[in-house]
Amino acid sequence: MKFGIQVNEGPYQHQAADSAYNFAKAAIDAGHEIFRIFFYHDGVNNGTRLTTPPQDDRNIVKRWSELAADHNVDLVICVAAAQRRGICDADESKRNGKDADNLAEGFRISGLGQLIEAGIESDRLLVFGD
Amino acid sequence: MSEEDYEEDGEMNGKKFLYVNRRGPYGTVYALESLEVVLIGAAFEQDVSLAFMDDGVYQLKKGQNTDGMGMKNFSPTYRALEMYDVEKLFVSKESMDERGLTTEDLIVDVEVIDNAAMADLMEDAEVVLSF
Repeated sequence: MKFGIQVNEGPYQHQAADSAYNFAKAAIDAGHEIFRIFFYHDGVNNGTRLTTPPQDDRNIVKRWSELAADHNVDLVICVAAAQRRGICDADESKRNGKDADNLAEGFRISGLGQLIEAGIESDRLLVFGD
Repeated sequence: MSEEDYEEDGEMNGKKFLYVNRRGPYGTVYALESLEVVLIGAAFEQDVSLAFMDDGVYQLKKGQNTDGMGMKNFSPTYRALEMYDVEKLFVSKESMDERGLTTEDLIVDVEVIDNAAMADLMEDAEVVLSF
C-alpha cells in the first residue's frame, strides 16, 4: 500500500514525530511504500539540523535524515509554516535576507500543494498530531 | 511534480477531501493554517468538504475582533471560500448546542448535522485532514 503521512507537531514536545517515524519504518519494513512525509504546523521543527538532544536520547531529526537516505523517502517541510518558525534552506535564507540556514539533510522545502498531492496519490493519508 | 503540472496532465482523481476543524480560531495556529491548506487545495479541484466540531465551530462565529491581540482577524476568509468552490460546510449540532450557538451566529451558510451524520461524513471521505 502507498501511504502519505502528515506530521503536525514538533519533535520532543509531542509524541507525533515518534509515532509517525515508527509507523513509516514499520510500513517500509513490511514492504509498503511511503509516498511522502509532509511536515506542517510545528512539525516543521523536525527539519532543523541544529537540534542537539542529550546523547542518551534519540536524535529525531537525524533519524528522519537516515530514513530519507536509506529508503529514499520524500521529506517535505511546508514553506509557509517553516517561514513562520525559522526553518529554511540556503535558497530560502538568501531569498528572505537571512544570515543562516538550518534545514537538515534529506528534507526539502515546498508548498502545501505537496500535501494535497500526497492525499491524492496515496492510498491512505495518515495525520499524526493532536 | 509542480501544482501546475498536475492540473495540465488531466489525471485528477477528484477524491473526496474532508477537512476537520476542531479548535477555536485563536489560541493556537491550527485554524489559520488549516484554512491555508483549504485555499491552496482548492486549486486541485477535488471534492472538498469542511467539518467544524468541538471548539472548531467558533471559527465561524460572527463579530470576531482581534484588536489588541496582534493577530489578523481571518474570519472573513471563510466567506470567500465559495469563490474557491468550497461550498460544503458542515457543523456539528452537538457542538453548536453545547456552546449555545445557532446558525444565526455564523458568518457563512452551513449545514448542521448531528454527530452520527458527522461520522458518516468521515466514513465517506477518502482523505481526512484533521486540524
